[in-house]
Amino acid sequence: MSTLARKKGVGAVIWDYLTTVDHKKIAILYLIAGGFFFLIGGLEALFIRIQLAKPNNDFLVGGLYNQVLTMHGTTMIFLAAMPLVFAMMNAVVPIQIGARDVAFPFLNALGFWLFFFGGVFLNLSWFLGGAPDAGWTSYASLSLESPGHGIDFYVLGLQISGFGTLMGGINFLVTIINMRAPGMTYMRMPMFTWATFVTSALILFAFPPLTVGLIFMMMDRLFGGNFYNPAGGGNTIIWEHLFWIFGHPEVYILVLPAFGIFSEIFATFSKKRLFGYSSMVFATVLIGFLGFMVWAHHMFTVGMGPIANAIFAVATMAIAVPTGIKIFNWLFTMWGGNIRFTTPMLYAVAFIPSFVMGGVTGVMNAAAAADYQYHDSYFVVAHFHYVIVGGVVFALLAGAHYWWPKMFGKMLNETLGKITFWLFFIGFHLTFFIQHFLGLMGMPRRVFTYLPGQGLETGNLISTVGAFFMAAATIVLLVNVVITTAKGQKAEADAWGDGRTLEWAVASPPPEYNFAQTPLVRGLDALWIEKMEGKKGLTPAEPLGDIHMPNPSILPFIISLGLFIAAFGFMYHNEYSWGLFVGIGGLLITLGSMFLRSVIDDHGFHIHKEEVLEAEKGVKA
Amino acid sequence: MHVEEKLTAETFPASPEKATLEGKNKFLGFWLFLGGETVLFASLFATYLALRDKTAGGPSAEELFKMPLVFVATMLLLTSSLTSVYAIYHMKNFDFKKMQLWFGITVLLGAGFLGLEIFEFNEYVREGHVFTKSAFASSFYTLVGTHGAHVAFGLLWILTLMIRNAKRGLDLYNAPKFYVASLYWHFIDVVWVFIFTVVYLMGMVG
Amino acid sequence: MKKWLLNWRLFSLFSVIALLLAGCGKPFLSTLQPAGEVADMQYSLMLLSTAIMVLVIIVVTIIFVYVVIRFRQRKGEEKKIPKQVEGSHKLEIIWTVIPILLLIILAVPTVSATFKLADVKPMNKEKRDKNIVVVNVRANLYWWEFEYPDYGIITSQDLVVPTNERVYFNLKASDVKHSFWIPAVGGKMDTNVENKNQFWLEFDQKATDEAGGIFYGKCAELCGPSHALMDFKVKPLPREEFDQWVEKMKNAKPVVTDSVAKEGEAIFNKSCIGCHAVSPVDNRPEQARTAPNLANFGDRTRIAGVLEHNEENLKKWLKDPDSVKPGNKMTGTYGNLTDEQINALTKYLMSLKVE
Repeated sequence: MSTLARKKGVGAVIWDYLTTVDHKKIAILYLIAGGFFFLIGGLEALFIRIQLAKPNNDFLVGGLYNQVLTMHGTTMIFLAAMPLVFAMMNAVVPIQIGARDVAFPFLNALGFWLFFFGGVFLNLSWFLGGAPDAGWTSYASLSLESPGHGIDFYVLGLQISGFGTLMGGINFLVTIINMRAPGMTYMRMPMFTWATFVTSALILFAFPPLTVGLIFMMMDRLFGGNFYNPAGGGNTIIWEHLFWIFGHPEVYILVLPAFGIFSEIFATFSKKRLFGYSSMVFATVLIGFLGFMVWAHHMFTVGMGPIANAIFAVATMAIAVPTGIKIFNWLFTMWGGNIRFTTPMLYAVAFIPSFVMGGVTGVMNAAAAADYQYHDSYFVVAHFHYVIVGGVVFALLAGAHYWWPKMFGKMLNETLGKITFWLFFIGFHLTFFIQHFLGLMGMPRRVFTYLPGQGLETGNLISTVGAFFMAAATIVLLVNVVITTAKGQKAEADAWGDGRTLEWAVASPPPEYNFAQTPLVRGLDALWIEKMEGKKGLTPAEPLGDIHMPNPSILPFIISLGLFIAAFGFMYHNEYSWGLFVGIGGLLITLGSMFLRSVIDDHGFHIHKEEVLEAEKGVKA
Repeated sequence: MHVEEKLTAETFPASPEKATLEGKNKFLGFWLFLGGETVLFASLFATYLALRDKTAGGPSAEELFKMPLVFVATMLLLTSSLTSVYAIYHMKNFDFKKMQLWFGITVLLGAGFLGLEIFEFNEYVREGHVFTKSAFASSFYTLVGTHGAHVAFGLLWILTLMIRNAKRGLDLYNAPKFYVASLYWHFIDVVWVFIFTVVYLMGMVG
Repeated sequence: MKKWLLNWRLFSLFSVIALLLAGCGKPFLSTLQPAGEVADMQYSLMLLSTAIMVLVIIVVTIIFVYVVIRFRQRKGEEKKIPKQVEGSHKLEIIWTVIPILLLIILAVPTVSATFKLADVKPMNKEKRDKNIVVVNVRANLYWWEFEYPDYGIITSQDLVVPTNERVYFNLKASDVKHSFWIPAVGGKMDTNVENKNQFWLEFDQKATDEAGGIFYGKCAELCGPSHALMDFKVKPLPREEFDQWVEKMKNAKPVVTDSVAKEGEAIFNKSCIGCHAVSPVDNRPEQARTAPNLANFGDRTRIAGVLEHNEENLKKWLKDPDSVKPGNKMTGTYGNLTDEQINALTKYLMSLKVE
């Protein structure tokens, strides 16, 4: 059975994507779904800024504003940034290490569908009585008080998508440990692969506490538990700890891949190898490790006492050191280079000052005594947007432009790309720089309005104007995608001409099996080494032969669908008698599908040598 | 080595669970999964420790716990861990029948444990120690219940493997599955040791 | 050209710092115009950390600008392959060690200030000094209660404190978590639902005068639809005046002379008194005190914490509380009042004065 390029109808294409276990197609699914949620989250951000454009505005008042702000944060972190990071990792990492797929293709698909259904579930809250309204942090006393089902959507939706993320994490760890091509030692792995590796480890250890916290909240809200209910002896601070034990590493889960993406881009477009590669690896691992030691700096004002506050303050400051190492290594990667300002490189270059701003305000926040002033003010809002937009979103935009030709086989338009960049860059600083000062001038976070005469009018108006620049940038990007898809220029294997890592050695887009022959890796920047020796392709590590591939399966979709149905059932079980049946029915669908997966043998199939030869000829021609 | 190879006792590798790439991936992936599970249980334990005195007027640990019953349950589960070791020993020796036998005993012991736990919970509920009573009750049932759910899942899993493979015997496709299931079973056992210490013993001491 | 750009960058950076140093925002609200010992300490820490961080930014910016301009690809150099540099141990050590030193410079005063700000020993002594003022702050869905346990009086929304001395606070919440923040006077402390937090603040007399005698307080933790409107005001008074105020509060009783106000009192006693007290001495347990104490309502600075203090706004608030503060707990608790009744109530409430 061959699944090599064939003309297919729309139905067949949809079926193909519903059942695919190919990491490249899953990457595209993540990109589309993550991109879609990014647009929704962005729209919510615009609404927030419109409401705050002038004092006493009545565009979004009170409870509705809280829903929008909660969904903005939750969507951006869990449904946009995470899946987009996963899109990059899926598209690139297996090829970067010279593998034909991830270790668990089936789990990979399952991870995606869980995330997808979790995200859809969460967003359906808009149509079913109101969205969650206790902030993306959903602190327990407020979230237990919150009427309606908004918070239940949050709790159940995040649990479902959280399982998906956890699977993704384990999958990439095993892939990177077990499936590297011959010669690809750990210290020859591209920086993005390293970042994925550390991020996956963080996911593995950070998501279970969130799951536990969410389970407690679900028990309290839906099943009469007392974890966070002081009247029954519960304690809401437990939620804060569990949430931040997850929440702080989450920041690094997002930003380390961003660092990885930029490391690739800096090296490629400076035409130089990454400066201080080993210290970069060391810094990445150290950041990952320290990331778990500092969660309580989000809780300086909770009343933990001076000893705990002092310890967490100093620990937090320590993270600045490895981060600083990275910044200087990037600068010196460019030093002496031959810098080409392509769109991805523009993002990378702009990332440095933007992210440094976010980093230094992070250190300022770490100073516990001063943080009593910054905490929960717009200063913090400015800080984390500098980190997450200036770091992660810039990286995702850069990565999307950089790897677009690899994923889709066509180059995004550079002129439009640069317009997007400048609009976004200007809009970003316009929106968030002034917010530092708004916070210091006494504007608390998460307020739906402010009164005139408190000195907050100008700053807020500037900030709103900036948001529209970013919106314009997003529209240009969409136009670019449409134009490119319709009549973009076809991309070569080495699309940018300066590729250093293995993904640029295979066709754009790569064949289903990635490598006709597993390559032999002879050093860091494996492709660059071959190119410098004047060779056209990689050195193969094996003779041409039949290639073993996993079978597609609809089960990941059904397993996730089961949980989606179950979540509805359990959410409504207190009001409707059908709730419990639907809940259990959903779980049975999930368990039944898992059972089928377990009892049906799946040995995959082979692409025969002749077919591979045929396909490779097509690429060369 | 390849998944679909037909093997004999002589050609069967010493570590069948790691003989193929698929096996190796399963082996490593499952260990990592257990790492995540450890953090999950650590969070549950931490919460239990924070809330175990918050009885809100309901019965306390000392008043409730039935130590003889819990002791018998503990013995059953510890023994089942040992019997699963035998099962894996026979798997490595390519002795499918004995492996099935020992896994069968493991499942029986595990079912015994689960039965006792259900009985125990039922007793507690009758004494007014219901899930909604207090923070102590909520955290107790969630911690011990999550473990119980793991036991139940483990039983179903091992049973499914035994039935599914009953007719075809051992090969490199299912050996990693059996191995990983037994790993899961050991993990459940280790968690129980902690529950026994932290929840029951410390609960009796006060 | 290069130099010009560099100068421009430095200039803009310095102007930003100058902006920061000069202080901006309103003196009654801004953390940048500290009005007490705590805010001062925090402000110095802000300045120190900003200075260090600006130094870092300058270094990075200089290298950044140089690199980006100097090493950009020029026409005809598209094919040039630069030297592939592995790294430099010397440089890497430099940019590891220097940040560590900078952080130590910041960490020492941070730790010291953290401990100083947490020093609440004087309020917890077995026999505490009679002169020490302690306030129990209780945060509720969209209003604040201030109880002075040593004087047996309760007020709400407007916190009155003596200046130029440390005032100690017990902080808790009675429904959901809130956070107590007077930006100009000092950082915030959360009011939790399950435990009591403690901290202290000091209100500077001179700064109080400059700010017009009143500081703005805010709730800094998302607590529901009207989180943004959960403001309170702080009136710091010289110690003598504060003592006088306390005496007046202790003896305050509503004195109603006007006939319309008398009518209002009757309505109040029928519809409102179940929740609102009109005497500062309220011996009910706190669970029963479900609404702000109105003993000195006429002296307040704001209606519902946000509207200007006049009869018109009070009527608006009484007529439709939800239009002022969405999600507040007063809406729908007293049925429909006619305009006449509202007029009477307004007269009565405005007559509740202590000063």
